[in-house]
Amino acid sequence: MSDSDNNLTLTLRVWRQDNSETKGKFADYKISRISPHMSFLEMLDILNEQLIAQGDEPVAFDHDCREGICGTCSLMINGQAHGPDKETTTCQLHMRRFKNGDTVVIEPWRANAFPVVKDLVVDRTALDRIIEAGGYISVNTGQAQDGNCLPIPRQDQSSSMDAAACIGCGACVAACKNASAMLFTSAKVSHLAQLPQGDPERPQRVLNMVAQMDAEGFGGCSNTYECEAACPAGVSIEHIARLNREYVKASFCSSATAAEPIQAGE
Amino acid sequence: MSQTVLNSNVPGGPLADKWQNHKNEMKLVAPNNKRKFDIIVVGTGLAGASAAASLAELGYNVKAFCYQDSPRRAHSIAAQGGINAAKNYPNDGDSVHRLFYDTIKGGDFRAREANVYRLAEVSSNIIDQCVASGVPFAREYGGLLANRTFGGAQVSRTFYCRGQTGQQLLLGAYSGLMRQVAAGKVKMYPRREMLDLVNVDGVARGIVCRNLKTGEFETHAAHAVLLCTGGYGNVFYLSTNAKGSNVTAAWRCHKRGAYFANPCYTQIHPTCIPVKGDYQSKLTLMSESLRNDGRVWVPKESGDTRSPDQIPEEARDYYLERRYPAFGNMVPRDVASRAAKERCDAGFGIGGTGMSVYLDFKRAIQEQGEDAIRSKYGNLFHMYQKITDENPYKSPMRIYPAVHYTMGGLWVDYNLESTVPGLFVLGEANFSDHGANRLGASALMQGLADGYFVAPYTVGHHLASRSLKPVTTAHPNFDQTRQEAKGRVEKLIGVNGKRSVESFHRELGQIMWDNCGMARNADGLRTAADQIHTLRDQFWKQVFVPGSGDSFNQQVELAGRVADFMEFGELFARDALAREESCGGHFREEHATEDGEAKRDDEHFQHVAAWEHTIDGDDVRHKEDLKFETVTPSTRSYK
Repeated sequence: MSDSDNNLTLTLRVWRQDNSETKGKFADYKISRISPHMSFLEMLDILNEQLIAQGDEPVAFDHDCREGICGTCSLMINGQAHGPDKETTTCQLHMRRFKNGDTVVIEPWRANAFPVVKDLVVDRTALDRIIEAGGYISVNTGQAQDGNCLPIPRQDQSSSMDAAACIGCGACVAACKNASAMLFTSAKVSHLAQLPQGDPERPQRVLNMVAQMDAEGFGGCSNTYECEAACPAGVSIEHIARLNREYVKASFCSSATAAEPIQAGE
Repeated sequence: MSQTVLNSNVPGGPLADKWQNHKNEMKLVAPNNKRKFDIIVVGTGLAGASAAASLAELGYNVKAFCYQDSPRRAHSIAAQGGINAAKNYPNDGDSVHRLFYDTIKGGDFRAREANVYRLAEVSSNIIDQCVASGVPFAREYGGLLANRTFGGAQVSRTFYCRGQTGQQLLLGAYSGLMRQVAAGKVKMYPRREMLDLVNVDGVARGIVCRNLKTGEFETHAAHAVLLCTGGYGNVFYLSTNAKGSNVTAAWRCHKRGAYFANPCYTQIHPTCIPVKGDYQSKLTLMSESLRNDGRVWVPKESGDTRSPDQIPEEARDYYLERRYPAFGNMVPRDVASRAAKERCDAGFGIGGTGMSVYLDFKRAIQEQGEDAIRSKYGNLFHMYQKITDENPYKSPMRIYPAVHYTMGGLWVDYNLESTVPGLFVLGEANFSDHGANRLGASALMQGLADGYFVAPYTVGHHLASRSLKPVTTAHPNFDQTRQEAKGRVEKLIGVNGKRSVESFHRELGQIMWDNCGMARNADGLRTAADQIHTLRDQFWKQVFVPGSGDSFNQQVELAGRVADFMEFGELFARDALAREESCGGHFREEHATEDGEAKRDDEHFQHVAAWEHTIDGDDVRHKEDLKFETVTPSTRSYK
């Protein structure tokens, strides 16, 4: 590899915080010889190797599949959830998007419902509890009938799949000025509302999931669409519109009432 | 220690009746008694999530563990292509027998007949279950389920959700799991890493895990432990696995008595984005489906550095079409991977490193139009461009094989029970169904078959047929095992050397790739075992694990995994050395035909190798003979 391939020198302004109880602060690090072909997380790997070589503690950040599907990676990069590229997770962002000499500010997801675990790692179990409140179809193993016995119009399947593509990363929450989880919640409501299998529990599902979302401390939706802009899976705000329709219908046209929210905690 | 012949506990009777007969004969736990039993499930991928949900639905008390922050992130989520099932919806002649035969042939006749047949048998139920739980499979215009074709089959039996089938199947299983969490039947423990198995009176009765958030060591007791922890591809450092995928849980069980079967069986997938530089942290797969339309080639002249559009047709070597005229670009994965390596090793590779080949869509785009190609592979082309900054609609993709899946795993009998009673192993973590090579779209099938439709029966049989005395974490074995696990973490931190964990992992991966990769020979394998041994010694003298063990510390997590990979890597090399034949993904250069194809030795190696751990570290190789009652092993030919 020639030297010209390793031509970026950057200043990284990284959020460091020991745990949710302590105060955090920014720390600046110089990093050089960064290839534009590297992924953003590979650049952070190099920063960490550098820190370890100095005997310092590396920066903690969440990551796993590094191919944009598991939803584990979660960074605010220069104020944008998952950085500047459209429909791209942090792990799929590459250093060619940055210029030599840039200062890059790296922060964790910012939301009351996502307490910081350490540095850039946050606790997103609130999203699991929203699913727990109703993001499923009540079918036991063995109860299923033949897969073809309920035809599903192709456009419904396709639109349902658009919503189901949500990777549960929480970028929508991080991007929202209200830290609302409406895009996440609506993606699951919309996915199941468009399938005949999801029909029997439709009213209850939306009421329970919205109640849980509120109980977790996520903010309300004020239609600024920042969530859609940040979503790496391209989930559209039309699913929020569907959630609202489902919610109104469930509230006024069904006998369903929301269950008590699930308590957080280990 | 003498070699024993392992008993697979395959039931008698004709192949097609075995599973039904077995279900008729297995003991049952009465509905009211199920709540008296606790079951631990480690890992929440397709196998783990489906097993945990299904067992909880039956009424057992389940504790589920995963190292990720949410069970929905297990690496099953990354599977792209699809899931096989013998539904025969396209009316093209598929059947349970055909799916069984294709799978066992694809595995180069190194899998157990009865297990593979059962897999094919329950495949249809899996699709039904997934549809019922809201998986939005692709549909035809009439609203019925659509199918696509995958490698190694002459029928269309693959169900899919765009290029995200694994994601949708996992979210289906995860939603069932969360439903049981809400019902109070599953207690979910995210950010936990299993670090040891606790046996009481020779039966698996619990686990030790580390709470990754707090660093605390926890013990949990149960009446059965299900290990659903995936494969060990990351022993190669670079693979298509998630960064966190590891062998630790399986390896710790191995050291507590579970035999490890066929560790050398590794699938190296032919179409991955090549390595770019020494900073590379992982490899990305491009779905096998691309080979339906893409043509693989290298220049005919070694050292031809012209850009691909400047190289005329007559100067290109479409080597798969040349070597395998019958199957062309659609040969199975192991064959395609070896052929790419052969060309690159001979000096015909392209790109800066010479370690890649072209996958060219020019003809397909000319014939079908760019829009047709975009509709089939749009998301893959997008991902390729994202990573490489090259436009595959304009110039051919550059690809090279990469470690993708491991067929080996803990040995299990027909009940998916390991050699430790009460320890069940499901999904990629076991060895049972894919032999020496796995066909595309079969991994998802196996994970869900084990979790939804096999373990719920066989675990019940274990609980009903053995008298399990009450055991709690107060039993001294729990504290003792916890102290041992804790001691290992303290020891890692105590080394306090200068070298990073990551650098050891990379070096291990290089040794593995150079000597235990797509082509292996006795000298190389011996070298690998020696080098890994030396590296391990260095690791325990020079590694630096910053921070402490009693808080969130990703370096501690990684250090433990790499330490286990190093022990495991040595066994891997020894297993590959002992298997003096070529089969599926295991290619020994000494055992090849004149034209370089794999040469099996059925007379001496038609068996599973299952390694037993011994205190001195010199594992003993046991055998399970493979009997083929229904099929006759043949030489795979794709010419």
